[in-house]
Amino acid sequence: MKRALPVFWLVLLLTVPLWLRDQYLLHTLITTGIFTIAAMSLNLLLGYTGQLSLGHVAFFGIGAYASALTTLGFDVELFAGFRVVHQPWPAIVGFFVAIVVAGVSGYMIGRLSFKVRGAYFVIVTISFAEVTRLVALNWVELTQGPLALTNIPPFTLGFPGLGTYTLWNKVAYYYFVLAAGLGAYVVISRLVGSRIGRAMIALKNNESLASSVGIDVTRYLVLAAVVSAAVAGGAGSLYAHYLKIIDPDIFLFVYTVTMVIMVITGGKGTLAGPIVGGIIFGFLPVIVRDFAAPAMQWILYGALMIVIVFVLPQGVVPAVEHWVTNRARRKLAATILAGTAKPGDGR
Amino acid sequence: MDQFLQHLVNAVILGGTYALLGIGLTLIFGIMRVVNFAHGELYAFGAYTVYLVAAALGLDFFLGLAVAVIAGALLGALIEITLLRPLRTDDIDTVMLVMIGAWIVMQNTELMVWGGVAKAIVTPFPDTPLVIGPVSLSWLRVFVLLVALVLIVGSYLLIHRTKLGKAMRATFQDRDTAALMGVNIKGIYTATFAIGSGLAAAAGALLGPVFLVTPTMGDLASLKAFAIVILGGLGNITGATIGGFILALVEELGAGYVSSGYRDAMGFLIIIAVLLFKPTGLFARAERVG
Amino acid sequence: MQARVASGEVVLSIEHVAVHFGGLVALADLNFSVCDGEIVGLIGPNGAGKTTAFNVFTGFLKPTTGEVRYRGTSLNGLKPHEIADLGLVRTFQRTSIFHDHSVFDNVLTGLHRRGRSTLWDTLLALPREKVAERELVDHAHEILALVGLDRRAAEVAGALPYGEQRLLGIALALAARPSMLLLDEPVSGMNLSETAKVMKLIDSIRGSGVTILVVEHDMPMVMQVSDRIVVLNYGRIIAEGPPAAIQKNPDVIRAYLGEGKRRA
Repeated sequence: MKRALPVFWLVLLLTVPLWLRDQYLLHTLITTGIFTIAAMSLNLLLGYTGQLSLGHVAFFGIGAYASALTTLGFDVELFAGFRVVHQPWPAIVGFFVAIVVAGVSGYMIGRLSFKVRGAYFVIVTISFAEVTRLVALNWVELTQGPLALTNIPPFTLGFPGLGTYTLWNKVAYYYFVLAAGLGAYVVISRLVGSRIGRAMIALKNNESLASSVGIDVTRYLVLAAVVSAAVAGGAGSLYAHYLKIIDPDIFLFVYTVTMVIMVITGGKGTLAGPIVGGIIFGFLPVIVRDFAAPAMQWILYGALMIVIVFVLPQGVVPAVEHWVTNRARRKLAATILAGTAKPGDGR
Repeated sequence: MDQFLQHLVNAVILGGTYALLGIGLTLIFGIMRVVNFAHGELYAFGAYTVYLVAAALGLDFFLGLAVAVIAGALLGALIEITLLRPLRTDDIDTVMLVMIGAWIVMQNTELMVWGGVAKAIVTPFPDTPLVIGPVSLSWLRVFVLLVALVLIVGSYLLIHRTKLGKAMRATFQDRDTAALMGVNIKGIYTATFAIGSGLAAAAGALLGPVFLVTPTMGDLASLKAFAIVILGGLGNITGATIGGFILALVEELGAGYVSSGYRDAMGFLIIIAVLLFKPTGLFARAERVG
Repeated sequence: MQARVASGEVVLSIEHVAVHFGGLVALADLNFSVCDGEIVGLIGPNGAGKTTAFNVFTGFLKPTTGEVRYRGTSLNGLKPHEIADLGLVRTFQRTSIFHDHSVFDNVLTGLHRRGRSTLWDTLLALPREKVAERELVDHAHEILALVGLDRRAAEVAGALPYGEQRLLGIALALAARPSMLLLDEPVSGMNLSETAKVMKLIDSIRGSGVTILVVEHDMPMVMQVSDRIVVLNYGRIIAEGPPAAIQKNPDVIRAYLGEGKRRA
């Protein structure tokens, strides 16, 4: 039963465009999907490696800008008359550039940030994100500042022998995001189930013990940051080419908060957690928008976050898992008491 | 040179209120180890309270200031009792998330009540500036500096000359031992949060009339407060005071001579530089157990 | 575990190690060595400096002066994981295990050093990743069987009784494939039967060629298990030798019982 569930969801997701005609809902699905991928990447750093990084939107935004700039081309003067000119490249290349650039920034920011821990780490990560935002806002020659990068072209996929296919409509984009989401899921699940993942989880649980059995603390923290940043950067690229316009507001702290809420509510440190959290907070605005202004919505989210921290501190997914396990246990206990239990029950 | 002096004077005035922000947070962060993201919201609350009393209700401006500080302290106590006490956990992450939730709720409540348009507060001070040589200051700003200095000295006296302050310092050094010595830790926590919030509200009440009052004014205030605390060292009031002036100076000079767009980045760059090169802050002394 | 024939040469050498905390002298000019295949017990009354010494030997504390060398390499300035890479692994007295992991996952995590897979092996799910993983799983079963915790493999480590948690801590250290094991009060808080289990375990670990240094308060245990005893008092070594000699050493007796009484 447990194995069948993800397959069922996957099949359902594959068929969505066939029965969902409402363009607005489809749009919401796409943006929810993109933010869920970002939430999954944050989960790797926050949930599995135990580092509360609140600067995650920096990687998302860096990926978005890297992809957009690769695709649109740019012409900047770095210093003393030294100009860098870049001709536009195909959008799909921008996607991979975004992943690499974001990963590299994850390495640099990670190496610097992990010199401190705890609350100071949190503050330093927020600072990096804010500095990135201010650079995007002020380095107008490169980023157009608040005027935004516009006319970002959609992805064009080339199939050798079959020609090219450009993702113009929402349905095509939906499948692309779904594929990217699956890719991100596979990467993260393989990582956390491996020896490398175990090292990261050990760092969350007991850093000095992990170190004493030979786990290089800095190396695995930075590795988690790099993979996490790379995936977030890919999500950022998806966002840029979907909206076709990117401005420095993408670096606003409120987006980090959105991702954090998704991870914490869904269940940090679980694979399904950020997905569940993503769906909840992706669609909550849709449900609520008819009778609550945006400010009111945010009050609801803030209150909901506080409530979740008090009532379900582990998040929705672990709470559901506990409930299911306990229900099975209570059922088993009932059958034992009634004398109807058979060998093999309880598996 | 004239420009430089003007920047210097501006920095001193701004630094006074920044110091209040910093002292408030260094007490909360230091004694309770709470990463208080809602600190900036108390700052905004202070500004909006003055607006409510002085502009909307048309009452006395100075009354507005007093109400802002007291209301800020009470709100802080309320937050501590309803959100932080029941948590019963030392897990920094959980506390941080609750404070982020509080921040979101407070800011959007302000947005809903007052709207997003910036509000101006009219003060009883004359508009013509006071000119001393090459430097000009408004009377309002002089008043702001004076009040800030009074509050800074007041905070110092509170911490170092009163029984409450002694209990707070003891809790900061070693909570468990302080508890064993009979200090009511729960009460100290509430008092600390209230005092810290009151100081933040005071900073907002003082700067609100100087600049404009907007719902998002608290965001940068929170982060700048963190920069000041990190500069000055955890729990260190003198350090926070000096840190506040340093931040204001760096901002003013940076905005004046480098680029005004990056003015707000100064605080963050300070945070990054200090944490990476001297994590205990510029003024940490041996006995300050961080 | 593969058995090794001990060579008898010096593996851990402590040279002129001193530790000063401000004005307080915790350790003063410590000099001794541990030979390959030996079991050395470090004892001393409370406050003698055993914990400080232990933390210096395991690289968790930098000595004010002096040096600790393991197989010729100085431990000065090395990070804990680099010291583990040299083959020197320690246990902890408190927080000795990963509380939220299962017993099996604890040991599997401890086997980290023995793994060879890289990031790309993992992401591309290459066959050699599966092979390496299976090897680690087999090793984990072996180690759990060795310490006698194989029946507890699926349980959450934090739920184990205290004695078994300490055993798990030793299993964790063994997983890191040490050539020398430093045990931090391995039987503190244990009852007689648990202590006996640990003593047997220590014996079999030495049998496979691992050198052992034990810091302990439990006299009968450490006397029985050690080849050689080193006694610390007020940060200095006051005696060194085989257990039988140490037990009769007047300086040692005086250190533990104080100056007041004279004993024949």
